[in-house]
Amino acid sequence: MQADRWIYRHAAIVRVTHWINLLCLTILLMSGLQIFNAHPALYLGEQSSFDRPVLSMTAELQGNGFAGVTTILAQPLITTGVLGVSKLHGKDVERAFPSWATVPSGQDLATARRWHFFFAWFFVLNALVYLGYSLASGHIRRDLLPSFSGLRRIGSSLVDHIRLRFPQGDEARHYNVLQQLTYLIVIFFLLPVIVLAGLAMSPGLDALFHWLPDLFGGRQGARTVHFIAAFAIVLFVLVHVAMVILSGVFNNIRSMITGHYNLGEGD
Amino acid sequence: MTVKRLDRRRFLVGATVGFGGLAAACDRIAESSTGSSVLNAAESITYRAQRMLLGANRLARELSDSDITPDFKSNGTGNPSDKEYQLLAGGNFARWRLRVDGLVDKALDLSLSDLRALPPRTQITRHDCVEGWSCIGKWTGTPLSEVLARAGVRAQAKFAVFHCADTMEGGDDDAPDDPAATEQAASDKVKAKVRTTLDNRRIRYYESIDLIDALHPQTILAYEMNGRPLPIPHGAPLRLRVERQLGYKMAKYLMRIELVDSFAGIGDGNGGYWEDRGYQWYAGI
Repeated sequence: MQADRWIYRHAAIVRVTHWINLLCLTILLMSGLQIFNAHPALYLGEQSSFDRPVLSMTAELQGNGFAGVTTILAQPLITTGVLGVSKLHGKDVERAFPSWATVPSGQDLATARRWHFFFAWFFVLNALVYLGYSLASGHIRRDLLPSFSGLRRIGSSLVDHIRLRFPQGDEARHYNVLQQLTYLIVIFFLLPVIVLAGLAMSPGLDALFHWLPDLFGGRQGARTVHFIAAFAIVLFVLVHVAMVILSGVFNNIRSMITGHYNLGEGD
Repeated sequence: MTVKRLDRRRFLVGATVGFGGLAAACDRIAESSTGSSVLNAAESITYRAQRMLLGANRLARELSDSDITPDFKSNGTGNPSDKEYQLLAGGNFARWRLRVDGLVDKALDLSLSDLRALPPRTQITRHDCVEGWSCIGKWTGTPLSEVLARAGVRAQAKFAVFHCADTMEGGDDDAPDDPAATEQAASDKVKAKVRTTLDNRRIRYYESIDLIDALHPQTILAYEMNGRPLPIPHGAPLRLRVERQLGYKMAKYLMRIELVDSFAGIGDGNGGYWEDRGYQWYAGI
C-alpha cells in the first residue's frame, strides 16, 4: 500500500477571495440583467441611435399572444420563454431577461442599482486584496506566468484538453499552460475591461476622465462592452466549472475550500 | 439524443431553480430594513469617492454641434396636464415666474426675461438616463450660481430643492401618459398608483442637489434647447441641467427653487420624487 500524496495548493487568501468573487459576480450579473431590462437595447458610440440598436430584446404581437424577439445586428431571433417574453407566476410577461435570472426578481431598476453598486464596491475591494497578495507573494509569477517550455506545449495541452486527458500525479502540481493563460486573461484583461466599461457609464467619472468613454467608442459603446464582457465571464465560468467537474470534482473543490489537493498514490 | 436532451433540460431546470432561489433570497434581503440599509451604504461611499475625486469645478465634457442627437428622447412627463401649467403654456409662459426662496436673504420672483437678462451659458452635453440610454443636446440658460448670488444663500443652507409644475400622482387630473414610456416607467407607475390609493395627496415632481453642484459652472437653468425655446416635452419654460449626474436629477417644468438645510417635510424626505421611490439621491453613477 502506498500513501496518498498531498500538496497545499491554494493559500487562504486565494481561497477566501475566490468564493467572495463568486458571490460578487453572481449578484453583479443578476442585478446587471435587471438594469439592462430597463432599456433592453445596446448601441455603439457616444449616444443611443434608437432606430439602430446592435442588440435589442422586445415583445411583438404574433397571432394570439406575444413573441419574444431578440435582434442581433438586425437579425431577429424568436426567443419566447426566455428573452423578450417569459413566464412570471404562470403568466407571460414582457421582459428582456426572465425573472429567475434577475435581482430583484420583479421589474425594479432602483433596487437593482443598489445591489449592483454595493457588490461592485465589494468586488473591487476583494479583487485588490487578491491582487495585492498575489503580486507580493509571488503567486502570479510562480503559478500563473507560463514558462517558455510551457508556452511551447500549448498545442499538446490543447489536444489533451479536447481528449479530456488531464494532468495526473506530479504534473498536477502546477497549473497547465492553458489554465495559466486563461486565468491571466480573465484577471488582467476581462475583469479590468468590465470595471472600466462600468466606470465609463458614470457621468461623474466621465467629468473627471473625459477620455474614459472613448476607450469604448463612447458611453453607449461602453455599455455594450460591459454587457459582452459579462457574458464572456459567464462563458469562462461555464468552462471553468466543466473543467473542475471533469478533472476531479471533489479533489478540486476540496482544495479550494481546505487548500489541500490530493496528487494520488506515489512512490 | 434522449439522454442529451434530458441532461439539457435538467441543466436548464437546475439553473432556473438555482438562480431563481438566489433571486428570491435577494428579494427578501432587499425588503428587510437591515438588508436595505447595508445596500444603501454603497451610495454614500460612491458620493464621497466622487466628491473627493471630482472636486467642485471639474467640468463635464462639452461636445460640438455635429454631435447633437436629432431625436432627443423625452422621458417622464411629456406635457403636464395640470390646469395651472396649461394656462401658463397657453399664454406662452408670459405670466410664469420662478420663485426663489427658503434660506435666502432675499426671495426672488423671476420672469423668463429676467432670466434672459442675466449672463447666459451655452453647453453641448451628453444626457444619460438612469434607464441606460444617452442623447446629446445643446442647452442655453442662466447659471444657477447667478440666480443664487442675487438671492443671497444663507450660511445654514445645504441643498437647493427644485419644485416642478407636473403632477405625478393624486390631484384632479391624472398624470399624463408618456408615449415613449418604457416597461420600467410603466412598472414605476403601477407602484405609484398603489401608493396613491393609500394617501390621495397630490405629488408633484421635485428634485434636489447639494450646493457644490448648485454652484457648479455647468449647472444652468435652461430656457433653450438646440438654439430654440425649450419645448414642452423637455420641460418648458425652464429645466435644470446638472451635467455630472443622471437625467432624473435634471428637473423639468421648474416653478420654485427652495434653499433648505434638510429634506425633512418635503415629499417623503429623500430629496426627490424618484428618490422617494428607491432611486439614489446621488446620481453621479
